[in-house]
Amino acid sequence: MNPVKIIFKRELSAAFHSLSGYIVMVAFLGFTGFFTWFYGRDIFFVGQASLATFFNIAYWTLFFFIPALTMRSIAEEKKTGTIETMLTKPLRASDWIMGKFWALTALIAVTLACTLPYYATLAVIGDIDHRTVLCGYLGLMLMSGAYIGIGIFASSLTDNQIVAFLLTLLIGIFFHVLFQIFSYSLSGWWGGFFDALNMRTHYEAVVRGVVDSRDIIYFVSVALAGLLSAEAAISKR
Amino acid sequence: MDIVVSHLTKTYGTQRAVDDVSFRVAAGQITGFLGPNGAGKTTTMKSMVCYITPDSGDITIGPYSIREHPGQVRRNIGYLPELNPLYEDMPVVDFLHFMAALQQVPKREIPGRTAEMIRLCGLTAEKHKKIGELSKGYKQRVGLAQALIHDPAVLILDEPTSGLDPNQMVEIRELIRTVGKSKTVLLSSHILSEVEATCDRIVVINKGRIVADGTAAELRSTASGRERLRVRIEAPEGADVPALLQALPSVEKAEWDADARACLVTAIPDASARNEIFALCVAQKWQLTEITGIETSLEDVFRMLTTPS
Repeated sequence: MNPVKIIFKRELSAAFHSLSGYIVMVAFLGFTGFFTWFYGRDIFFVGQASLATFFNIAYWTLFFFIPALTMRSIAEEKKTGTIETMLTKPLRASDWIMGKFWALTALIAVTLACTLPYYATLAVIGDIDHRTVLCGYLGLMLMSGAYIGIGIFASSLTDNQIVAFLLTLLIGIFFHVLFQIFSYSLSGWWGGFFDALNMRTHYEAVVRGVVDSRDIIYFVSVALAGLLSAEAAISKR
Repeated sequence: MDIVVSHLTKTYGTQRAVDDVSFRVAAGQITGFLGPNGAGKTTTMKSMVCYITPDSGDITIGPYSIREHPGQVRRNIGYLPELNPLYEDMPVVDFLHFMAALQQVPKREIPGRTAEMIRLCGLTAEKHKKIGELSKGYKQRVGLAQALIHDPAVLILDEPTSGLDPNQMVEIRELIRTVGKSKTVLLSSHILSEVEATCDRIVVINKGRIVADGTAAELRSTASGRERLRVRIEAPEGADVPALLQALPSVEKAEWDADARACLVTAIPDASARNEIFALCVAQKWQLTEITGIETSLEDVFRMLTTPS
């Protein structure tokens, strides 16, 4: 069997057998559900059959919830020493990391799938743009992939889960907020450069329903950079 | 498969953990790897399983080099790390299935291999329990089972009995002896009696260098290099037996041991003092009631080899 598939199955099984995985999922659903349906500029306030409110809330919620899922991915294995058991098997470090990446991505996909009743409800009560919804979910998955890559990298640098969590947020805040501020503050080439690095620019483009290869390349590149850096970090022994 | 370590060197910062180490573990032998803490045992073992990359030198497992064929090396080695890290959230049987899959055991053979390891390692009653619920002894058995799951030719065990109670130690030792009959085994330990009881050969490492390599008997004779005797003599009152023994040309040192109620005699290197002691007793008309060779214990040898003189 493909080693990535073996690791993927073990990691996904571990996630669904642990309380923390369910807590994060339920907290995500509760948080996004509350702000989508009941509070502030919710769906009813907008007055259109659109999930834009949900995609905006999920954009921020995932930013905080993904580090909570990725923080233990490698840090815990370093702390308990199971990294030694794994990396002395006939298995490449990249296979191990990819198995973890796909398992976390699948966990996010399952969590997001739990919000499909929002879509079904809106489709019943109004005239919803199906393509935009599909692109919205695609945007969330791509953004999640990028942050999972960053989270796994942060987790590979330490054996302390809290440090990994904070480090993921620290790196993430650049993509989520600071690059946007830099792009507004600077003009010319530098302004364009930071705008290209800004997660929101690419996320909003996809969520609007415009799937451009540049946006896809951006998300895949961030995820790959994180995963390759994680591989380099754990291979240095 | 032989394990051949050639001129292995590994440095951490300014400290040389392993310094030009070379030795060979012959196929089918159980070899003990001894040394004080920080001597370089674990670094050498981790290099063998391609977990750390040495600065220079090479290790070959049969025809495979850790530098050129790390995948093949790992496939042919069963490794039990020092702290025996396991996924404590997994049931024993699932964990062994997972390890077998990672070791590329063919899918149809996995249930059979897992069942065999569970039987061999005495885990039948515990196989559905989560690893975190097991005692340290059983966890160690799970560690051994995962190391053996793919029937490797070479077994590397880093302190396999550390932290176990005496009964568990005997059980694990027995298990290692059983599986070691058909495999090349290298095991590190601090417990010298265990190494002596389990191993065919002993390699001693100190401060990153090999300081001895041989059977327990060879090590004793190499390290002591001189005969030691316990001598009991019935002599008339007032006779200074130790002083007269000390005066013999073949005796380096003779002292009275009040506990043993005997004289302890150390001969000069490469000589026996027995004949001269016997001749002295005849000349002095003493009765020689005992003359016994004292075997140097492995503990003494270990101390001699690993502490500054």
